[in-house]
Amino acid sequence: MFHDKAGYFFELFIGGLTKGSIYALIALGYTMVYGIIELINFAHGEIYMIGAFTALITAAALTAFGVTHPLVLVSVSGITAVVYASAYGYTLEKVAYKPLRNAPRLSPLISAIGMSIFLQNFVLLAQTSNYIPFPNLIPPLPFLEPVSHIMGTVDFIILCTTAVIMILLTFLIRKTRIGTAMRATAQDKTMARLLGIDVDRIISFTFITGSALAAVGGVMVGSKMGQINFYIGFIAGIKAFTAAVLGGIGSIPGAVLGGLILGWTESFGTGYLTSDYEDVFAFSLLVLILIFKPSGLLGRNTTPKV
Amino acid sequence: MKFHSRFITPLFVLMILTALMLISCEKSKEETPEKPAETTENQGSSDSHGAPTAAPPEPSDTIKIGVAGAHSGELASYGLPTVNAVNMVVDEINSKGGLNGKKLQVVAEDDVCKPEVATNTATKLVTEKVAAVIGHICSGATKSAIGIYKDANIICISPSATNAELTLSGQYPNFFRTIANDAAQAKLQVDYALHKLHVKKVAILHDKGDYGKGSATLAKQYFEESGLAAIALFEGVTAGAVDYSAIVQKVKQSGAELVVWGGYHPEASRIVKQMRTKKMSTLLMGSDGLKDETFIKTAGEFAEGVYVSGPQDASKNILNIKAINDHKSRFGTEPGAFFINAYSAAMALTNAIAKAESTDFQALSTTLKKESIDTPLGRISFDEHGDVVGSGFSIYQVKNGAFKEIK
Repeated sequence: MFHDKAGYFFELFIGGLTKGSIYALIALGYTMVYGIIELINFAHGEIYMIGAFTALITAAALTAFGVTHPLVLVSVSGITAVVYASAYGYTLEKVAYKPLRNAPRLSPLISAIGMSIFLQNFVLLAQTSNYIPFPNLIPPLPFLEPVSHIMGTVDFIILCTTAVIMILLTFLIRKTRIGTAMRATAQDKTMARLLGIDVDRIISFTFITGSALAAVGGVMVGSKMGQINFYIGFIAGIKAFTAAVLGGIGSIPGAVLGGLILGWTESFGTGYLTSDYEDVFAFSLLVLILIFKPSGLLGRNTTPKV
Repeated sequence: MKFHSRFITPLFVLMILTALMLISCEKSKEETPEKPAETTENQGSSDSHGAPTAAPPEPSDTIKIGVAGAHSGELASYGLPTVNAVNMVVDEINSKGGLNGKKLQVVAEDDVCKPEVATNTATKLVTEKVAAVIGHICSGATKSAIGIYKDANIICISPSATNAELTLSGQYPNFFRTIANDAAQAKLQVDYALHKLHVKKVAILHDKGDYGKGSATLAKQYFEESGLAAIALFEGVTAGAVDYSAIVQKVKQSGAELVVWGGYHPEASRIVKQMRTKKMSTLLMGSDGLKDETFIKTAGEFAEGVYVSGPQDASKNILNIKAINDHKSRFGTEPGAFFINAYSAAMALTNAIAKAESTDFQALSTTLKKESIDTPLGRISFDEHGDVVGSGFSIYQVKNGAFKEIK
């Protein structure tokens, strides 16, 4: 009996872990953009959705040309999705946010919501409103076969991707030249510019990276869910945004921590209490954390800029 | 910076827009055979707006029939076939000179299956002075719209809203439907589960919506009344969530042999996929919200063996064959969900208008309940609640990628 209970706990734990790493993967993009220009990019979820669609279309086209090797399929469609989504992210910033950079903070926020609605409806019209089956691009890994009832290949890959991306991003921001420039831009745009940093380029770079991450997320989650439609970005975006705020928006490890905590809360809440209140648990937790630590779990305490 | 963003930005925008357009063209070409809803939408709406046909007759010479339901959005595949069905019936009557010396005119309004939109849709149709409405499609939307029609004394015949309260509560004397209600459907599901599948332990899940929770609650009630099976779980899940592993895990832990799902297909296909990847053999049974080809397409191999209740197969009925063939020759595609129910609703309504020789609420209501008519569903009339008499539900199972009637 005890073994049974422990097993159940473990399975819920793993379920929460994979769900959390999905949230975290998308939250990383939110938090990165926020960290640099203090803008909540509400269209991030839509970039994720466009990434998924691009991968689906590329995979379908490749299959139509007779390419069936799984590794070729997943890499080509993955790369196309990343390139496309990055182009979207870059354009998005130029069109919707750059002109508003010196406007009151509310303006870019509204612009972001507008872009989100625009992109959703654009895909709705250009594609279809129906759910479209998403091919399973990720071939099953043989060594996971014995445990596939607890953690599938896709879950495992999502988990690894999130971890790797978190480490790479942290490295990028802490140790590289461009990372230093990003941090400088985040601290003070005017000063950074005076010191010879091309602020526009840094911001573009941030958006491109964030969008690339969203595309990776789109491909992964598409493979996991097996179906996509124009609306998937909205729901995933809201949850990922919650995760980013929970962990402290602007903090890279915070986004991952926030995602995992959100995933576990939902998983255990459903498993031990009731799934009717799954969202209630998640958002109550958010409220509690924000009451006691307004900057989020790993958020920076905002130091006054002198 | 090496390049000028002044040039690069418009270039990017252009590149993206053209590329996506190209893709969408290519896709629609590729998918035409599988996508009846998409193609019929255009034809249906251009028909319903009637621009190419001769100028609409004087208002007093026409009887307007409203068609309301999801004509866009993710549930459009449930709503568009109804537009086609009503157009077909109306065109046939108009070609024979109309009803009571008046031409019929179709006014189609979209409610996206959302209750908050449906009230606007209803108000719009009321101001258009429609004589009656075929619709709405989803139960939630119907519930929020029906009161508005009631106040305006407008009859409303739904081809698909199965929520039991709509008729059984007795609150809406103006509501009729050509589909059996959820109570009948849930009873059939429970009987099948108990006496054919012999399950002893069930988990009932729903999407917390009017339709889903309604049918799930009825199923629960019938299982409890029978006393033959234990209900291991009765829970609502969040529609559209990225992952359902926790609830699937809970079902597994509960040891249920059957999951009864109250809701629509997007969630169901994800739940069944997760059950199968977790190597669970738990059966899944859904109501007519699952009986849509999209479910089989998105769930793929995982859909195999899923039980679904849906309107009785009337495919041997001569009128049914004729209606479907007419649809194929006019639109070039298979009709889609609830087409036959909508076709029959339109026939029953126009028949009642002809027999009553008026569009008056009382006269229509009495005639609908009194007169029987041969439709693609069979010979139907309506009982005192407004529920259809003469057509019911059967159980289907997904076999080799198609719904097969088994009872």
